[in-house]
Amino acid sequence: MARAVTRNRKIINTAVAWGIGLLIFFPIFWTILTSFKTEATAIADPPVLFNFHWTLENYSVVMERSNYGRFLTNSIIIAGGSTILGIIIAVPAAWSMAFVPSPRTKDILLWMLSTKMLPAVGVLYPIYLMFIRMGLLDTRLGLVIVLMLINLPIIVWMLYTYFKEIPGEILEAARMDGASLKEELIYILTPMAIPGIASTLLLNVILAWNEAFWTLNLTAAKAAPLTAFIASYSSPEGLFYAKLSAASTMAIAPILILGWFSQKQLVSGLTFGAVK
Amino acid sequence: MNTTFRALMGACALGALAAGASAETITIATVNNGDMIRMQGYTDDFTAKTGIDVEWVTLEENVLRQRVTTDISTKGGAFDIMTIGMYETPIWGANGWLVPLTDLSESYDVGDILPAMAGGLSYDGTLYAAPFYGESSMVMYRTDLMEKAGLEMPKAPTWEFIRQAAAAMTDRDAEINGICLRGKAGWGEGGAFITAMSNSFGGRWFDMDWNAQFDTKPWKDTLEFFVGMMNESGPAGYATNGFNENLSLFQQGKCGMWIDATVAASFVTNPEDSTVADSVGFALAPDNGLGKRSNWLWAWALAIPAGTQNEAAAKQFIEWATSKDYIELVASKEGWANVPPGARSSLYENPNYIEVPFAQMTLDSILTADPNNSTVEPSPYVGVQFAAIPEFAGIATEVSQEFSAVYAGQQSVDEALEKAQALTNDAMEAAGYR
Repeated sequence: MARAVTRNRKIINTAVAWGIGLLIFFPIFWTILTSFKTEATAIADPPVLFNFHWTLENYSVVMERSNYGRFLTNSIIIAGGSTILGIIIAVPAAWSMAFVPSPRTKDILLWMLSTKMLPAVGVLYPIYLMFIRMGLLDTRLGLVIVLMLINLPIIVWMLYTYFKEIPGEILEAARMDGASLKEELIYILTPMAIPGIASTLLLNVILAWNEAFWTLNLTAAKAAPLTAFIASYSSPEGLFYAKLSAASTMAIAPILILGWFSQKQLVSGLTFGAVK
Repeated sequence: MNTTFRALMGACALGALAAGASAETITIATVNNGDMIRMQGYTDDFTAKTGIDVEWVTLEENVLRQRVTTDISTKGGAFDIMTIGMYETPIWGANGWLVPLTDLSESYDVGDILPAMAGGLSYDGTLYAAPFYGESSMVMYRTDLMEKAGLEMPKAPTWEFIRQAAAAMTDRDAEINGICLRGKAGWGEGGAFITAMSNSFGGRWFDMDWNAQFDTKPWKDTLEFFVGMMNESGPAGYATNGFNENLSLFQQGKCGMWIDATVAASFVTNPEDSTVADSVGFALAPDNGLGKRSNWLWAWALAIPAGTQNEAAAKQFIEWATSKDYIELVASKEGWANVPPGARSSLYENPNYIEVPFAQMTLDSILTADPNNSTVEPSPYVGVQFAAIPEFAGIATEVSQEFSAVYAGQQSVDEALEKAQALTNDAMEAAGYR
């Protein structure tokens, strides 16, 4: 029997949820706030909350010094490209694992996930050398491929989980009605798994957007995305925290806005099949 | 008809060549330090003079180090010029990874580069990187607090005087710490400071057979003195303080003294950022009467990776950026206090520059540091606050982590030195030195 949720419990739950939410959001809030301070106010001790001289100077310095548009365009192409390519490869892979499993499917899934545990720096040199030979160094295409490969295990795993929730009988019925494999994938499976595919897509965009190791190590001037833009404002010899905060705010703003508008789809996708 | 066609083709080819020449672009990897950012702002001057475009890749120091090391060791060719330091230059020069700067023009006046800088950026007598700016370390102190304590800072203080003055200036109620020093783990952070300090106590990293020396008295004396003084007069949590944390404390008036990079002088005397800008004095880094002071030597320099397709253009840029004319250009636009310091002798002969409060002390500090003879006892390595061998960065980072654990009160001086001795000897044995 379901337990009745008391009013007090509801209030406590809401307060705890808000508390955790604010705690998670606080670093982002502080970064945004610092971006409007002068360098001197940014390091003031005790820290100043709102009572300071608000300035847009950091943004104007950052815009003057860096080609933000180029970094942003690279981020959009790299995150978007790697996600679309990943989905195209992962949908058939997850379909075969979910509906035509072999005795080794579970092992393959675990092996795929285990590649995520490999320290990235361990394969930096082989990949760097391959990129040099293939002319992919400092190209968007190179990063699209690498980020797609890095996130592929997660995409396949997520899609596999969603596909497992879809009754195989529906696909069987489609096959009996004469649907080809391609039609089954495109017209039956994909529409039914749209919430799952959408949340996988969004999560992958966020992961690719935030990826810093490969995007810093495989780029120079042409293909560098927003992670390199932020790194260019960090300095161990000089206090440039306000400018760094302005650059960070500009780098996270697009993904923050995307996350805000798509949070419903993200949550419904992530909880897809969780409640039966 | 035929002649006209040929003439047209010739004109097209010339046009294409001209377009190609004006579109030549070099890519430069650099750090986000004040002087480097300023240089980026003057790139148009270089492009206007030469027709060469410049693409900048600016990264945080540690990221840059990893990035350019990967590229140069694989001959990736992503950069035409790299900003590197005194640690990398002799190692990479010895490996044949850098283009020797032997044919710089006469007007560049390579002989004007400060000898200490040229020595630290050379291998086997050949210059492999041109210094953009150089630095040593020195004492920066609050003149008002020193006066209040009834003391007078000598031009060349001893460690005993520094400890005594730090204790006298400390006022915990007013949140004033007598002294602020680096304790943060990392070979370029706390590791650099404690290595330079140990030089003045008679310490060294290795003997002539590459045996670690952490089991010797000078190292024990160094660490015990440092920990004792910082516990008496240093800020809380100094184990995690590096350059930026101490700069912040000093600018807010919370440090009586700060011993750190000479480039910090322009920050702490800038009234826009520093609350104590008008009461800062300078002195040489302290010694212990053993003939070596505790100051280091460093330069951020521009080097050309071997195999670049744009070697001639890269050389042109280096000649422009590290020239006397560039210094004049910055001085004319932003004042003499903002020119890149510590690279050229002529800068310190300039009467306009000598008027800058910290100019003479910076020069004196640089001149007292000798990377080829930095220790009291003989040592087999080049470098003041580092040993210029490829293994050093990894070993020194681990050693400095052990030392930081002492500063944080997590282990004793003896325990840390014992661990440092063992891990250094193990690493040197694995690398084939012993």
